[in-house]
Amino acid sequence: MALTQEAVLAGIKEIVEEVAGIPAASIEMNKNFTNDLDVDSLSMVEVVVAAEERFGVKIPDDQVSELATVGDAVNFIVKASA
Amino acid sequence: MSQRRVVVTGLGVTTPIGGTVATSWSALLAGTSGVRTLQEEWASTIPVNIAARVLVDPSEVMERVEMRRLDRSEQFALIAAREAWADAGSPDVDLERLGVVVASGIGGVTTLLEQYDILKEKGARFVSPHTVPMLMPNGPAANVGLELKARAGVHTPVSACASGAEAIGYAMEMIRKNRADVIVTGGVEAAVHALPMAAFAAMKALSTRLDDPAGASRPYDSDRDGFVLGEGGGILVLEELEHATARGAKIYAEICGQGLTSDGYHIAAPNPDGSGVRQAIAFALQDAGLTTRDIVHLNAHATSTPAGDVAEANALRLALGSDADHVAVSATKSMTGHLLGGAGAIESVFIVKALQDRLAPPTINIHNLDPAVTIDVVRDKPRALPSGDIAALNDSFGFGGHNVVLAFRSY
Repeated sequence: MALTQEAVLAGIKEIVEEVAGIPAASIEMNKNFTNDLDVDSLSMVEVVVAAEERFGVKIPDDQVSELATVGDAVNFIVKASA
Repeated sequence: MSQRRVVVTGLGVTTPIGGTVATSWSALLAGTSGVRTLQEEWASTIPVNIAARVLVDPSEVMERVEMRRLDRSEQFALIAAREAWADAGSPDVDLERLGVVVASGIGGVTTLLEQYDILKEKGARFVSPHTVPMLMPNGPAANVGLELKARAGVHTPVSACASGAEAIGYAMEMIRKNRADVIVTGGVEAAVHALPMAAFAAMKALSTRLDDPAGASRPYDSDRDGFVLGEGGGILVLEELEHATARGAKIYAEICGQGLTSDGYHIAAPNPDGSGVRQAIAFALQDAGLTTRDIVHLNAHATSTPAGDVAEANALRLALGSDADHVAVSATKSMTGHLLGGAGAIESVFIVKALQDRLAPPTINIHNLDPAVTIDVVRDKPRALPSGDIAALNDSFGFGGHNVVLAFRSY
């Protein structure tokens, strides 16, 4: 069953808060991981692995660089879960 | 041109007896042991389950997100460095003239072992991307360097249990050689984990006085049976004298010399004739322009091992001759346990405090002084040091036969 955008966004917020210490309230779909949330390349790996485990999806390494914003990641995960 | 002089303008520690310099120093003067029975589940699976963990866990003073990207040894380094830097007045210095020399004996060993557990249990994809920066032995120095934006050089000498002292000596030389004006320097260790403890136990290096943790570390006592592993670290801010006076810095003491030798004898055992230690002391005095008569206090390496304590005491007697009679020798590992790469650093902090307060800290747990020990050990209570210009030495030795002696004097 496909995950909803709301459910995935809520999950991503929790993961980014845990990994990077960014308050969940300030994490929105249009935020850029690197520029807005200070998630560097190493922390992005942590976000990806945590998201894969949480949502039961696969995020291939060659896709990770395409996920610039929170929205990119949420939409990718929603699609991958369908 | 006369040699550039180097002074101590900031101190910071996190130790088994205190989370700051002030608390650690007062606990030390009070003769407080930091050794406890470990409560971790793994501790019951190894032959020795006593150790000296830091009194204030990093989680009490550090943000969670910062902690998860840092090995415990790196956490100790940052905690001590922040205290030392603030103590120095958080000076606004030329970053091109600011360096960092922070050592560790083993590096991020707990990270290495925990991530190996994850690799085996969950697979390669779950290994943290922060693993390498956390396990590398230069990690503590690198993180301090990053925080202060130091650009004159960040270094990590490694010589087992002499590492912390070697780092401080290296830092002094960097300032003398005009590579920098200010260096943040010291040593840390975070090796309280099943594997390092099982490994030290396999060498029969650890005390097995499990029913009396606080009495287990007993340097110079006839019934000493090994060292107690400690964790934590110490950091000093070293500064070129004129740089310090120009900014009106508080000056604790001067670091004025170092002596370095190697035994060429055995990978782990001390040379019983003490010749390497004796020579290191002679070099340190020569480098400092001091004589044996100037030395009033010595913080010994004295880890509480049967062979090591006597070999060192004999070497001190040989190096200092009859002047050893007026040297108050303190073995503070009786209270802190042995911090390996952090030992020489916290003990240098203690020496600086001793020179400032004119008080040599006590050595606890000596019930029967080993008759082979012919030096003047400060027992049970602190002892007052003389007024006037005084000087003190720190001994640090490491597996591999490394001998490092640092010389400090009152300022």
